[in-house]
Amino acid sequence: MELFVQQVLAGLATGGIYACMALAVVMIYQAIDHLNFAQGEMAMFSTFIAWQLLQWGLPYWAAFILTIGISFVAGVLIERIVFKPIQNAPVLSHVVVFIALFAILNSLAGFIWDFTIKEFPTPFGSSPLLGSGLIGSHQAGMIAVTLVVLLFLYVFFRYTRVGLAMRAAAGNPESARLVGIRVGWMVALGWGMAAAIGAIAGMLIAPVVFLEPNMMLSILLYGFAGAVLGGLTSPGGAVIGGFSLGVLENLAGTYIPVVGSELKHPIALVVIVAVLVLKPGGLFGRVSVQRV
Amino acid sequence: MTTLLNVRGLRAAYGDIQVLHGLDFALEEGSVTTLLGANGAGKTTTLRALCGMIRAAGDVTFAGKRITGWATEDVVRLGIAHVPQGRGTFTRLTVEENLQLGAMTRRDRAGVAGDIERMYGYFPRLKERRLQQAGTLSGGEQQMLAVGRALMLRPRMMLLDEPSFGLAPLIVRELFDILGTINREEGVSLLVVEQNAALALGLATDAYLIETGRIVMSGAAATIREDESVRRSYLGY
Amino acid sequence: MSVQDEAIAHPPIAAAAPVRSWRSGVKVTSLAWGLALLIVALAIPFFAKNFLIFQLTMVMVYAIAIVGLNLLTGINGQFSLGHSAFYAIGAYTAAILMEMGGVPYALTLPVAGLVCFLAGFLFGLPALRLEGLYLALATFALAVATPQLLKFSPFEHWTGGVQGIVIIKPDAPFGLPLSQDQWLYFFTLAVGLVLYWGARNLVRSRTGRAMMAIRDNPIAARSMGVNTALYKSLTFGVSALYTGIAGALGAIVIQFVAPDSFTFTLSIGLLVGLVVGGVGWLPGALFGGAFVLFVPNFAEHVSKGLSGAVYGVILILLIYLMPSGVAGFVRTIRGVLMPRAPRNPSAAARDP
Repeated sequence: MELFVQQVLAGLATGGIYACMALAVVMIYQAIDHLNFAQGEMAMFSTFIAWQLLQWGLPYWAAFILTIGISFVAGVLIERIVFKPIQNAPVLSHVVVFIALFAILNSLAGFIWDFTIKEFPTPFGSSPLLGSGLIGSHQAGMIAVTLVVLLFLYVFFRYTRVGLAMRAAAGNPESARLVGIRVGWMVALGWGMAAAIGAIAGMLIAPVVFLEPNMMLSILLYGFAGAVLGGLTSPGGAVIGGFSLGVLENLAGTYIPVVGSELKHPIALVVIVAVLVLKPGGLFGRVSVQRV
Repeated sequence: MTTLLNVRGLRAAYGDIQVLHGLDFALEEGSVTTLLGANGAGKTTTLRALCGMIRAAGDVTFAGKRITGWATEDVVRLGIAHVPQGRGTFTRLTVEENLQLGAMTRRDRAGVAGDIERMYGYFPRLKERRLQQAGTLSGGEQQMLAVGRALMLRPRMMLLDEPSFGLAPLIVRELFDILGTINREEGVSLLVVEQNAALALGLATDAYLIETGRIVMSGAAATIREDESVRRSYLGY
Repeated sequence: MSVQDEAIAHPPIAAAAPVRSWRSGVKVTSLAWGLALLIVALAIPFFAKNFLIFQLTMVMVYAIAIVGLNLLTGINGQFSLGHSAFYAIGAYTAAILMEMGGVPYALTLPVAGLVCFLAGFLFGLPALRLEGLYLALATFALAVATPQLLKFSPFEHWTGGVQGIVIIKPDAPFGLPLSQDQWLYFFTLAVGLVLYWGARNLVRSRTGRAMMAIRDNPIAARSMGVNTALYKSLTFGVSALYTGIAGALGAIVIQFVAPDSFTFTLSIGLLVGLVVGGVGWLPGALFGGAFVLFVPNFAEHVSKGLSGAVYGVILILLIYLMPSGVAGFVRTIRGVLMPRAPRNPSAAARDP
């Protein structure tokens, strides 16, 4: 029993990472109606910027906030410069540009900061939480920050004008223009927010997985998986999806011998696919009703 | 009566296909003007061109300002609300959110809240469904919502693209009565595009007939309504 | 108005039967290009070095794989990030049959095709319930799972585990005076032509139209009596068949299969190739295959340290210039060089 509880908590800890990433994924999906394949790389790049700021002597929280700001601006700029020119191109062409962005960021990061693993500090300390053997302080801090960001997003989208405008612009851009919304800027804002959230995710994840250009690859996969599992229309669902995935992966690794350890990743994914087949909109997603 | 909207030589094309070949018409402030014509005549294209939704050439003046080539978002800010073909509802948002969006360019919070209640006054059925996802509403209810959303702008002019399309006659009657009320009591000028000529002429003060991208007839709605030969040859009834 | 504008506004005699002559005009030029390309393709192996022949063979292999993906995504509208899995299944089927079963390499192709057809069809069945991004994720999961499954210890006896399987390169048959590379080139070319011909006919048939109807408006297709479920699963199967045969060919040409050759990166590569060539345009697969093979190498040539960045920049520039891939580019060129008669009859009567 204790093993089970331990594994669940450990799963929640890794799940927190996935949840954070999943949140960033859903954010941008709500803004632009596509999945951003370069999201992980943007987060990784932001984390490197933070690292660089720390190397230059900035205190942690100053670097943290500055990185978020830089990432926000970078996200807006990337959208306006890279994606605006192709806004009328077919969807798959957009996907390919995401892929290109991914390649560029990954390569650039490796070039500037090389591929050796670097340590990234945590503001929460590395001792177990409150001395208990259940969960580390950093893990707990990570989960807390994720939930705070989630709360912020919930309030932003539900109760602010800009949030409503963004949802409208993403759902029906033409109608959004007819009520005076500047759709282009809403999309850019969405990108900025997603980049900022990605930066937060990256800075929380790096202390655990260590900083190097390829750190985000599998995490992005799980971020997507968690987001889709939860339902792409629901930030809360994405977070739950991310946590569930972490727990699932850990339990499968522990309780299904041989298979579990070698096939940890595929098993988690198979479960997701199974869930989707049973519930095509994800666990908490709303499948839009289409009146013919 | 002042001329609110003046259109001279409006041309528009979809790719290689020229749809409007130089339209001339005007809308008087406070009037209900209708654009009649068969399918493919260019009625919807006209409204879309006015709102900057498609590229157009020519001379379009609204309240003294030349708006040809303006982006949709800027046209809207002059006080032109467009109820598009197919209603253009934000299907994944609630009824109330749809109405709130209509007031997106307004700054007066209290006025907006008051206007939402006024919309519910016009359309009680919407009030029942205020927190429902707009996509689940019936066609008639979505049309009401679309009109309500447009009114939330407190527009000077409202463009309506085939408001009767796909609606049951009783609902259409109700809708057009409300449109008449809005025009009289709030002074909103209406430009109504319709295939259903009888219906439109019953509401309108002025009428224009479009055929393959050109105005072929214009006049007071009452005159056209009474002229049997015109009705027979052009309007089919 | 320039002379060109005048010619477009008032085309000469062609205006009498505008659409039909335009269509046959397009057909003739397409045929001419195809023939020219074939002649060049047949001649190259006698002038080029072995390595280039090998590379061109791989271009064709990737092109076949992309045709498969195009059938599923371009024609039928089902998004797949998982085609590396079918490629791998085809490759491993061929390798296992050749090395463990002593089956002659040519026979491995139909078997690989059949196995992949079944795999694709079986995957397509539950995938019926998934749309767009959800389908993308499911296929993504398939692509990521495949290398891990191939490394899985209980299967090692068959798959060779992490080491993979080495294949012996076949010689030209009947003692033909061709090098191994040249023979494989012609073999692949022949298989490719047959498969392309099959795909083209499929797309132009009633089945093809049903597939496209499902892509464009599934609800309308169903109400017209098209059995969307059956067609979608069958399309998955056929698509997997094509990519599987490509995988088998690739295995024979490269002489080696190993799990890490078939990662998600391959799926991405195929997708990029599809878009570069033009989604829904079969001939584009050749351009896509060339892109997949040559551009990453070129990027490394330009800058070893920043090869990924160079690749990304090239890709973005390509999309900017040709947002709909080579297909879109060809369409634009056709529009300029071979304009249709004006759609608006009154335009011909208008004064200049």
